[in-house]
Amino acid sequence: METKTQNAVTWHIACHINDIPEDGGGCALIDGKQIAIFNFARRGEWYATDNQCPHRQQMAVSRGMIGSHEGEPKVACPFHKKTFSLQSGQCLNDDSYKINTFPVMVKENLVYIGI
Amino acid sequence: MNTISNTHIVVIGNGMVGYKFCEKLLAKKKIGQQITLTVFGEEPRVAYDRVHLSEYFAGKTADDLTLASADWYADNGIRLFLSDPVVDIDREEKLVRSHHGHIVYYDYLIMATGSGAFVPSIPGVEKDGVFVYRTIEDLELIQSYARKARKGAVLGGGLLGLEAAKALLDLGLQEAHVVEFASRLMPRQIDDAGSRILQNQLESLGLQIHLAKSTQEIIGGDCIEGMQFNDNSILDVDMLVISAGIRPRDELAKIAGLETHPRGGIVVNNQLQTSDPSIFAIGECALAHHMIYGLIAPGYEMADVVATLLLGGEKEFLPYDMSTKLKLIGTDVASFGDPFIEEPACKTIRYENKAKGVYKRINVSPDGKTLLGGILVGDAEQYNMLLQTCKSRTILPPDSEDLILGSRGGEEAGAGVMSFPDDALICSCEAVTKGMICHEVSEKGNHTMDALKKSCKAGTGCGGCVPMVKDIISGVMKQNGIYVRNVVCEHFDYSRQELLDLVKMNGAKTYGAVLDEFGKGDGCEVCKPLVASLLASLWNENILQKDRAPIQDSNDRYLANIQKGGTYSVVPRIPGGEITPEKLIIIGQVAQQYGLYTKITGGQRIDLFGAHLNDLPDIWEQLINAGFESGHAYGKSLRTVKSCVGSTWCRFGVQDSVTFAIEVEDRYKGLRSPHKLKSAVSGCVRECAEAQSKDFGIIATEKGWNLYVCGNGGSKPQHAQLLATDVDKETCLKLIDRFLMFYIKTADPLTRTATWLNKMEGGMSYLKAVVVDDVLGIAAELEYDMQKLIDVYQCEWKEVVQNPELRKRFSHFVNAPVKDPSIAFETMRDQKRAKEWA
Repeated sequence: METKTQNAVTWHIACHINDIPEDGGGCALIDGKQIAIFNFARRGEWYATDNQCPHRQQMAVSRGMIGSHEGEPKVACPFHKKTFSLQSGQCLNDDSYKINTFPVMVKENLVYIGI
Repeated sequence: MNTISNTHIVVIGNGMVGYKFCEKLLAKKKIGQQITLTVFGEEPRVAYDRVHLSEYFAGKTADDLTLASADWYADNGIRLFLSDPVVDIDREEKLVRSHHGHIVYYDYLIMATGSGAFVPSIPGVEKDGVFVYRTIEDLELIQSYARKARKGAVLGGGLLGLEAAKALLDLGLQEAHVVEFASRLMPRQIDDAGSRILQNQLESLGLQIHLAKSTQEIIGGDCIEGMQFNDNSILDVDMLVISAGIRPRDELAKIAGLETHPRGGIVVNNQLQTSDPSIFAIGECALAHHMIYGLIAPGYEMADVVATLLLGGEKEFLPYDMSTKLKLIGTDVASFGDPFIEEPACKTIRYENKAKGVYKRINVSPDGKTLLGGILVGDAEQYNMLLQTCKSRTILPPDSEDLILGSRGGEEAGAGVMSFPDDALICSCEAVTKGMICHEVSEKGNHTMDALKKSCKAGTGCGGCVPMVKDIISGVMKQNGIYVRNVVCEHFDYSRQELLDLVKMNGAKTYGAVLDEFGKGDGCEVCKPLVASLLASLWNENILQKDRAPIQDSNDRYLANIQKGGTYSVVPRIPGGEITPEKLIIIGQVAQQYGLYTKITGGQRIDLFGAHLNDLPDIWEQLINAGFESGHAYGKSLRTVKSCVGSTWCRFGVQDSVTFAIEVEDRYKGLRSPHKLKSAVSGCVRECAEAQSKDFGIIATEKGWNLYVCGNGGSKPQHAQLLATDVDKETCLKLIDRFLMFYIKTADPLTRTATWLNKMEGGMSYLKAVVVDDVLGIAAELEYDMQKLIDVYQCEWKEVVQNPELRKRFSHFVNAPVKDPSIAFETMRDQKRAKEWA
């Protein structure tokens, strides 16, 4: 679960937990924004980020492969394999890129995103 | 030397050597050493790679050739004045004055003024349409003049001249001539026999070569119309590039009263000091050891010597080895040591193969013990090895011809890189010796090329030494008893091959099972697709079922290639490139309905571009209903089997290549492997299907089929090699089964068959022994494993189309049934393409 404390986020229902494949990702349309949601089933953790990769502005981050680097959860953009920390949003192989991360809450099999 | 207070250094010249001096000085500077560095350059742009100037015509831009940006100078506190040559040196006051009036004080002055093109005093050289080939500005002038020219010539058959001639061809001139005064090309590097081979190669590219021609006059009015030679013949050309050698730029040194040589060049001692001890000269303007060193490596070495000296170190510039290896218009040309020494001062061994365009010559000492020099044309793979053997005076094996012919008795020729002495120079760009690399590997634990590049810069220059450095790494590790293995990533402490064996023996069929059993952590984008490929190669179950979908590389996950805009391309299989009109119409209709861009591929299929993720299942449903199958264009798997029409239609075809290509493609379709696989079948030796550039290629003979393997197109082309001759279809397929399965089981991830073979100990003879002669006794198992995969093949798209659960995954949003609204298209040549982001 996302631990970042946010002041005054609005929680949006994104989808049912089964809509996001285990140890995979999916994209939800929330308030006109494209949000990538990741289900770390092996860890029992959820993460959410921008769906747009800042490198070539493609809406494809949710289709990326997730994994970890020295324990830090990350996603690799399918376009050119820039990898981003799911905790900080920082690009791990190019300091000049960063994506936004969002808090995730799971309640009664529904996934909520805080924006 | 004075290093205590702030030292003012001025560099005149912003070419490659001038730049290298600055880089070396910054790198060597210790904390506390204060230096004020000022650089003056005559050209309007910052230092660029003049060695690769010709690539400017092959599409490289001035930016691509830049060695460092203007920002680099600013960031490092270097004052850089461009388009501003120094016009005066006041040695009394130690001041330089530039064209724009800048006056700068120096403690030390570095002359790196380089050289200019030598223009012989032939009547008529001043005419329009006569150029030199030296700077980017020269190239721009040539380029614009070439637009209206039809026939061009280059005066000078040296390295630069030949590159200039190729450039004329690239610029679209109808004729490109090379005129050389000597009786052979590249007279300073290669001998007559080598020159003849090179000449053949160049003529086959369309260059016309004229040797032993002395130019008397350039004829025409204001513009050049031709060249007249002293044998009274005339060559009709409308442009001419002069590349007749270089002339050191020593004018400024002369004005300043420094000692120069009557034939040009600023005279320097072993410290590269001119006749004024506070002024140094480096690069092609300097005359060291009575000669001008016209190569980049000695220029860099000179920069290093002076940088070292100015920072209080000790170093001398010693006579520099002028061995060279270059790729000239696609042909390797190399010479080393003393290439021209003649018998009886040596024993010369020559190998010449006109058909292949290869010439090799080595000069061995009369006692046969040491290598004195040599020449390689057409194939210079052994250059590094020979150069080191020559320089280190390594004792030669009894059959010294093995050095260029390779051993004909099974073992590899030469004593190998590990037999070199520790002071053998491996990376000449960065002056790294074998001893330094060994030390890095065994004492500091730098076991990878990347680690070595960081720790001692080996291999960071031209990169030519990288294969040797890698050999040293594994050599040292083997000596130290370390098992050399490539582990997959931080999550799996195994190599791909080890993991394959483990997965197979344990019958693991999901990624979760493999990770639980043999790995740790969450996996990553490296190990997930690797395991996905292993599972597919072992079991060939649908790649999207169980937990396998999210571990597929993005393309496999959606069974389509992700392209611009996050759209996908659709490539139905068209075995052998044969297709009915009915099927062509279906493809056209589907493309029209979904607004797809269509293109015929190089592999005889049809690409449909610009499909929305959401549309993929519907598109495929229609294609499958019309009898198409997945083309696996997205996978590391068998792509196409290209074919010519063979005996079906062609008047030369000796066998039915289309039928065979279809059979081959149907047999191996869907096969997952360490890298993508391509194949082709040609119906006769004319080879219209280009089978020899494929991972496995089949060429018809009068008696059957020849099988070639491990060819490669792409960025590092390599011809396939003959595995079997005149075999029947059944044997051919059997051998391919074994070959492919052996590759799948033993190749590292993302390694193509060509690279796999290059790294294989024993090379082609070993591969032949395993695949054809079955020396390991595994042929039956390899065939069995392949047959198992073939038996369980199913079209992945068919399964997805029929499975609502899987279909659901092809949706851009999990919570809205709409397509990605951010994708925009634009029109191009009556079709559409994804718009670039602003």
